[in-house]
Formats: sequence, structure tokens, C-alpha cells
Amino acid sequence: MRERHARVKQIAAADISARVAELCIQVCTLLPPDVIAALQAAREQEASPVGREVLSRLLENAALAAQQQIPMCQDTGLAVVFVALGENVRVTGGHLGAAIAEGVREGYQKGYLRGSVVRSPLDRRNTGDNTPPVIHTKLIPGDSLKITVAAKGAGSENMSRLRMMAPADGVEAVKRFVVETAEAAGPSACPPLVIGVGLGGSFEQCALIAKRALLRPLDDQHPDPDTAALERELLELVNRTGIGPMGVGGRMTALAIKVETAPCHIASLPVAVNLQCHAARHASYTWRFPVGQELAPAT
Amino acid sequence: MRDCCSIDRPISLAAPLTDADVLALRAGQWVLISGIVYTARDAAHQRMAESLARGEDLPFDLKGQIIYYVGPTPAPPGRIIGAAGPTTAGRMDRYTPLLLARGLKGMIGKGPRSAEVREALQQHRAVYFGGIGGAGALYAQHIRKVELIAYENLGTEAIRRLQLQDFPAMVVNDCYGGDAYAKAQARWRKDL
Repeated sequence: MRERHARVKQIAAADISARVAELCIQVCTLLPPDVIAALQAAREQEASPVGREVLSRLLENAALAAQQQIPMCQDTGLAVVFVALGENVRVTGGHLGAAIAEGVREGYQKGYLRGSVVRSPLDRRNTGDNTPPVIHTKLIPGDSLKITVAAKGAGSENMSRLRMMAPADGVEAVKRFVVETAEAAGPSACPPLVIGVGLGGSFEQCALIAKRALLRPLDDQHPDPDTAALERELLELVNRTGIGPMGVGGRMTALAIKVETAPCHIASLPVAVNLQCHAARHASYTWRFPVGQELAPAT
Repeated sequence: MRDCCSIDRPISLAAPLTDADVLALRAGQWVLISGIVYTARDAAHQRMAESLARGEDLPFDLKGQIIYYVGPTPAPPGRIIGAAGPTTAGRMDRYTPLLLARGLKGMIGKGPRSAEVREALQQHRAVYFGGIGGAGALYAQHIRKVELIAYENLGTEAIRRLQLQDFPAMVVNDCYGGDAYAKAQARWRKDL
């Protein structure tokens, strides 16, 4: 018992709040390097002159936000927080969920970020401090804690879709659904997009893996060769729609498409398409032990 | 001619707008808007529609005016406004014909408009401009003055009078039925 107890690692709730607050400010003002690189590459490849110019303005916008420490976009998003909690970690001096919510409240207020949350979808009263966040927690073995904050804007979220297909519909129907979703979204979702696709799972798991797909580095390769090939084909198809950067016409409608799969029921083929605007904002912090050896904020 | 009114050779446009201004604009042209515009998005539109239904006056006279669909971030110390880029216009579609009938001449947002709005733009001689969505920091540099006008308790969704300077936007829908998004996509689309 004693030995087991000694292995429990403690993290103060106040420390979690402080880190989450920093992450909120960071994601809204600093576009991640992989997204900047993807926008630069898109500008090189874009055949449409006006599309190229729009991409230049988006890069200029990201640079201005970083220099002046103001949000890159006025929609500073719903705070979607992903937690990977080691089973040997215990939060002290408060609860994990409350500590994260407090961090969001502090970050959005200190960072002059917009409160974009209403307390109820029908009475529409703004909570004023962008709480509550949406929190997804996964228990993992070991003694680390990783928290990822994504600021999810509504322009792209509103155009996202989920469809429960029949197994007989197959991969061709999946491809059509992804392309149709991007086309229906058009300029409203703020292209060039990052598209997260969930395939399989249950109704809610499908949506969640689509959202998790958006957290992958834009330049990574899916480890499964078939899924990687599907991602490449989907990107090619979406970039034939002609929508282009902000709908001004061109080839660069999406920067990347990431597909995540999960086992599913013999009767089901769930497909979720979670659209992400070009301001693909997320960042993580990991606590590892012994204390003092935390990783620097990354991805 | 190819360069006329392109994104790197835009036309200067003074707001509020006259009929002559609107008649001269064509879908696909880029403009730099300077002058007065009013902010309003979802909640402010709902309140304006409710006021009109009750037969009350609106917080500002719509004649010749441009509404900018934006909900800015709070102004940090030393600034007059935070990030302030355009939001999706389609959510305001159901209110727009009513406002156009009362003299509204322009709107700035992003994304396409409904068939009803495009029809009303022709009927009432008005124009819809599309901004660069997500360029909230860039657009903040083009806002010179901010004044709260109405619905203060809506926070970011309150109505504000903005003075713009060389605010870049594209004419998406002109008063002749032109649609720049549809035209651009058709031009660049490949067979799927």
C-alpha cells in the first residue's frame, strides 16, 4: 500500500489553471509553425493570382497578431480542451475540470479574448468569460498529464457534418460526402481549410475522432498506408472544387485532410467531417515527473 | 484593364453609399472602404427585427448605410478595438430584406447570401461585400474610431459606429445579380 501510494504524482489545480490560461492566450495570438508553413506552401502552389494575394494577407494577419499580441481572428472560439490524464496523477487543491474552466476564464479575460459562449442554446445569454469549456478526458497509463487547448471558431464548426452511412455505401460515398461538405461550406468556413474526418466508431465517437484528427501536425503522415492514401486522394478532390482561399477562386481550398478511423458496428459506417478554418489554433502542455522536467509547450 | 479593381488595384469607396456608388460597382471588384459603417450581427439583428415588428424606430437611420457583420474582441489597453474581421453573412439572411427595404445600401461579411437576399439587392439597389474571413488583426488596423450606439448589454454583439480607413473587401453580390463567389468557383473548378 505504502509503495503504491508513493507513486502517486501530484499537480496543483492552480498550476493547471495558470497553464491553461497561458495556452488560451497563446493559441489565439500565435498561429502554430506548421500552419504558417502550410499557408506559405499554399501561396507558392496557388495558381489563382487573387487566391495568392488572399494567402499573403492571411500570413500578414498572422504576423500582425503575433507582433501586436492581439487575436488573429475576432472569433477566439469555443475552448475545446483535450486531457490525457495519467492514472498515477492526482490533482490537489481542486478538481481537474474546475481548474481547466478557471484557466479558460482567466486566459480569455487577461488576453482580451472574446466571450463567445451562451449559457443556453435557446435563451442565448452570454456567459461573458467564454466558460464553460468543452473537455474531453482520456485516462492513460503512467504519471504524465497532457492538456491541449483548441480554440474552435464557429464559422467552420457550423458547416461540419456527420452522416450515419450504410456499410454498402463504401468509400466512394465517403469521398463524395467529404467533398460535398467542403463545397457546401464554401467561403463561409474560411478556407483554406483543415479537414478532420472521422470514420467508424459510434455516433459520438465518430465526431470526436474527427475533431482529434484536427490536432495532428499538418505535415504528418498517417501510419496506416491505406488511410494515408485516402487522405491524399481527398485533398486532391477537395482542391478541385475551385473554391480557393476565402472563396475568391483557386486551387487551395484545403491545406490538409486528416482521417482517423475506429472499429464500428457491423451495421454502421459513420462519417464525420469536422471543418477547421485556416486559423488552426491549438497548443499543448505536458507535465512529466520529476517536477522541473516539464516539456516546453509544443504542437 | 485586367488590373482594374483587382485585389492589388482596388477602388476607393466612401461610406455611407449613394445610389450612384452602388450602380457603379460590379461583382468581383475590390474596394477600399473609408467612412462610417455600423456593426451588427445575430443578436442585434434579432433586436432590430423585433423593434420594427413593434413599429419602433431603429437605433440608427439605415438610409445609405453599410452594416458590418462583426463581433470584435475587447479592446486591450491602448487600443480602440481588438480583432475585428467579418463573420458569416448567411446567418443574417432572414433579416436582410427587411433592412434593405428601409434603405440599407451595403453589408460586409463573408460567405454567400440566400437567393432572397440577392433578389432584394437588385430590387433595392444595394451591394454585399465579402471581407477576408479570419483576418481580424489585419482589419483592426483599418478601424480609426469606435463608438457604442445601442444594445450595450449585448457586449461584442452591440451596435457600434466605426470609422473605417481603406478597409479592403470584394464586391460579392452587386445590384445586377452578379455573384463573384459563384463566378470564381466556376472559373477554377475541375471535374470531380
